[in-house]
Amino acid sequence: MIRLVARDLALAVRAGGGFGLGLAFFLVVTVLVPFGVGPDTARLGAIAPGLLWIAALLACLLSLDRIFALDREDGALDLLATAPLPMEGIALAKAAAHWLTTGLPLSLAAAPLGVLLNLAWPGHLWLAASLLAGTPALSLIGTFGAALTVGLRRGGLLISLLVLPLYIPTLVFGADVARRGAEGLDPTTPLALLAAVTLGCLAGLPFAAAAALRVSLR
Amino acid sequence: MPELGKYALEVTLAYGASAVLLTGLVAIVVGRAARVRRALERVEGRRDG
Amino acid sequence: MSLWSYANPVRFMGATRPLVPVLGAVAAVCILVGLAWGFFFTPDDYRQGSTVKIIYLHVPSALMAINAWFMMLVASLVWLIRRHHVSALAARAAAPVGVTMTLIALVTGAVWGSPMWGTWWAWDPRLTSFLILFLFYLGYIALWQAVEDPDAAADLTSVLCLVGSVFAVLSRYAVNFWNQGLHQGASLSLDAEKNVADVFYYPLLVCIAGFVALFAALVLLGTRTEIRARRLHVLRLRERMADA
Repeated sequence: MIRLVARDLALAVRAGGGFGLGLAFFLVVTVLVPFGVGPDTARLGAIAPGLLWIAALLACLLSLDRIFALDREDGALDLLATAPLPMEGIALAKAAAHWLTTGLPLSLAAAPLGVLLNLAWPGHLWLAASLLAGTPALSLIGTFGAALTVGLRRGGLLISLLVLPLYIPTLVFGADVARRGAEGLDPTTPLALLAAVTLGCLAGLPFAAAAALRVSLR
Repeated sequence: MPELGKYALEVTLAYGASAVLLTGLVAIVVGRAARVRRALERVEGRRDG
Repeated sequence: MSLWSYANPVRFMGATRPLVPVLGAVAAVCILVGLAWGFFFTPDDYRQGSTVKIIYLHVPSALMAINAWFMMLVASLVWLIRRHHVSALAARAAAPVGVTMTLIALVTGAVWGSPMWGTWWAWDPRLTSFLILFLFYLGYIALWQAVEDPDAAADLTSVLCLVGSVFAVLSRYAVNFWNQGLHQGASLSLDAEKNVADVFYYPLLVCIAGFVALFAALVLLGTRTEIRARRLHVLRLRERMADA
């Protein structure tokens, strides 16, 4: 399983692997927003936590259909299915690799980008913390969505529609942590709920994704 | 017509929109049922004949 | 003779043939009577004026929107556990009905909200939950249409329905946490005393009965259609094989 994660990481970092895609998208959104809503720092500061969260979520969404599609095309997924590793383990490894290549860099990049949007000071830490706690859930849900649409030719569009409503609880709690942190309120309650969502996803979704994968590979 | 007062527009709008949606739904379901049924009868007729 | 014997498509077709027109007639009568009763023969509310009449559409459709999803959940579970094709097809047939009900609930709610709350749309927990439910329905239907192999489609949509149900409940609470609402509490509940006066209550019950019957009729008809479509598909494949 660890070897599978390492292999996916190596593939992602190599040229054309799409490692920087999510980060670039995140940067583009953050830079473009002030041109859209105006340079008023107070207004930017007010919308910064939610905005950064949405940008991170969309950046995650962008890379979802790569999770299984490439392995499916070159037949690696069929080989993996016959490997001694259980399907649940494959799903979990894929989600972990996706998180390491998108969720983790996004979380680290969010705090510096918060400066651009005039995020209030303690908010940076809480934003990074909430992304760290929340993006694993995004990766796990995304892996499930990708597993549902593996066998389809036009999976990319469908995956966004399937995953969009599933992302809502994570976004609600995550953005709330960042917002409360920026406003100087106590953000531990939404942070605990966010962690609960992530752990729940971690416990349940690999099984659902594995079930979907088995059907798709039948 | 009953006297709807100042909210006449809203009430008629709600009833009208719902009527359109419901008839649309029924029309789609019934239409597809009839279409599939006819196609099946044709194919089965071919098979028997 | 148990309920499971209707998992046999032939038996299901035989049993439901007379049911569809009967249920359809019951639905038509109940909805027409209930709506006419509500529209023409109930007084206006002293605060809401005539907009109170929208309740006869809003509450039944909202109720059926949730119950349709619940029915899909049960049918999906039956399919996953016992592999009865009729069950999977019934879940598929329920989705378009459910999405329409959700849409009616949203539209009538917006129309009612515009004079009462002064806005067509508010990001209120109940409204938002229904919007999320609407998205779930869209995703479910899109997945059914995208997957070509019927059994794989049934499996994948069933898994989506299960996971979606968990997340739908989760969203409901998340959204509650996120924003306090404008929407009033439940109009109908089984345990508490009635929140709706009798004059409005009886026509509302008739309307709900009508919507339930309509849902049942449409789902049965849709399931019959799906069974026929399945058979049609198989027969066409066989013909092509024979020609080749």
